[in-house]
Amino acid sequence: MDNIVSINNLVFEYKDEETGERTRVLDGVSLDVRRGEFLAVLGHNGSGKSTLAKHMNAILVPTSGSVTVDGLDTADDSKLFDIRRRVGMVFQNPDNQMVATIVEEDVAFAPENLGVPRDEIRRRVDEALEIVGMSAFKRHAPHMLSGGQKQRVAIAGALAMRPELLVMDEPTAMLDPSGRAEVIETVKKLNRENGMTVVLITHYMDEAVRADRVIVLDSGRIALEGTPKEVFPQVEKLTALGLDVPQSTYLIYMLNKQGLGLDGTALNDEECAAELLRALEKRGKGARGS
Amino acid sequence: MLKDITLGQYFPGDSFIHRLDPRTKILIIIAYVVMVFLIQNFVGYIALALFLALCVAVSGISPKCLIRGLKPILVFIVFTGIFNLFLTPGEEIWRWGFLKITVEGVRFAAFMVLRLVFLILGTSLLTLTTSPIALTDGMERLLSPFKKVHLPAHEIAMMMTIALRFIPTLLDETDKIMKAQSARGASIDSGNIFSRAKAMVPILIPLFISAFRRADELATAMECRCYRGGEGRTRLYELRFGAVDVLGWIYMAALLAAIIGINMIFGKF
Repeated sequence: MDNIVSINNLVFEYKDEETGERTRVLDGVSLDVRRGEFLAVLGHNGSGKSTLAKHMNAILVPTSGSVTVDGLDTADDSKLFDIRRRVGMVFQNPDNQMVATIVEEDVAFAPENLGVPRDEIRRRVDEALEIVGMSAFKRHAPHMLSGGQKQRVAIAGALAMRPELLVMDEPTAMLDPSGRAEVIETVKKLNRENGMTVVLITHYMDEAVRADRVIVLDSGRIALEGTPKEVFPQVEKLTALGLDVPQSTYLIYMLNKQGLGLDGTALNDEECAAELLRALEKRGKGARGS
Repeated sequence: MLKDITLGQYFPGDSFIHRLDPRTKILIIIAYVVMVFLIQNFVGYIALALFLALCVAVSGISPKCLIRGLKPILVFIVFTGIFNLFLTPGEEIWRWGFLKITVEGVRFAAFMVLRLVFLILGTSLLTLTTSPIALTDGMERLLSPFKKVHLPAHEIAMMMTIALRFIPTLLDETDKIMKAQSARGASIDSGNIFSRAKAMVPILIPLFISAFRRADELATAMECRCYRGGEGRTRLYELRFGAVDVLGWIYMAALLAAIIGINMIFGKF
């Protein structure tokens, strides 16, 4: 089976306890997460991205439609922990997802819950901390770490379950730029070297650019889908959805508006510079020719 | 103000006392507390003081550090002493107006002060030589036989761990809120005790709201990591009794016997 998560026409509503009003957060989302891919989910506040993430490990179950994780239906209560152990979750606030007062004990929390034997826990903890590069801090107290380090410990805590999929709900939203880079590098490395499937929910475009595939959510529906090179050049559509575009892409878009006719798929500084250089050379040649 | 809180302060080390199993230490402390109240004469307290001094010497904790633990409750100790000194009825030895000191009062006051001091010193030694995690683990294991009568041993230990984990986080947060309120002109450190108490309200409300939000997020994060209570849980560090523990029990039994012996020989002072 190629898909780790299959979401079929997912609808999620919640009821306001006081007014009895029903609010539809997700409105018919269909999506497959392929094994080994790095998928980014974009969307402005209230677009339903966090709700979508919480459906991937049965924290929430669909009002209608279905979500299957590794062939298991999330609506099936008896499979709850089989599903959750396959999906590691990392949330926005690093402080609010750490349980223990020592880093390695926190990483051990999930395997302890799963009843893994002691020697095996030791192995998993050491391995997970090694992958995120936090082995040197294993006897430290979490509150002495920086934001980026805390998030890396949180990732290690999820990895210690040996999950098939890592879902990250805006893991960098509360971090400073260096912490953000730290976390994204770790995730990228996990995906590339360990073959971990990653779903990254974010509102930072420069993070989404590094994914294999991008999905844009708007009012509970998938508005755009494709590779970063397919999605980001659609500048007008993205701005209409309340999202930014990567700055390089925006620069080329503005230049093209002036009729420069550049290739609009440049996503980062290097690609943008290369494209501009190419255009300048072409123009130089043209000028000499005439 | 917040810097004075030394709750759960722990000095890592590798002494005999550090290496004792937390369960042994908790049991010894319970026996110790019982002894503090059992002792009926000053000879007993001398024996207890010798025992405590020996423990401190072995533990490598500086006595200064231990005595500093008395500071926060010094007022309490002094008041207890004074009340007992002046208010115990009995044979008068000194009188000034309505204030009088009796023989029994002197004796009683000295006893109460000694008891308090010994209690604090003993329990401080426990927390100074035992990591909070080991302490909660030990409690969980000691309480687990009571699960049969529906005592939620695992849940109590988990709550204590989480509380310890969040003390620094919430202290940071309190500090931030206080700065934010002062930046907008709230005066927290001035005025009499009532206006100061009133000034705490705009600090406590945001703190509570944020604590509830944190609790909610933490609960979700714990569920994501397959938490389902103590049932079927394994541990990274299992507690194990060793040879040092046997020694610890022997020392404690010897002291207990000595105290009872002293009580019988010297009688009630």
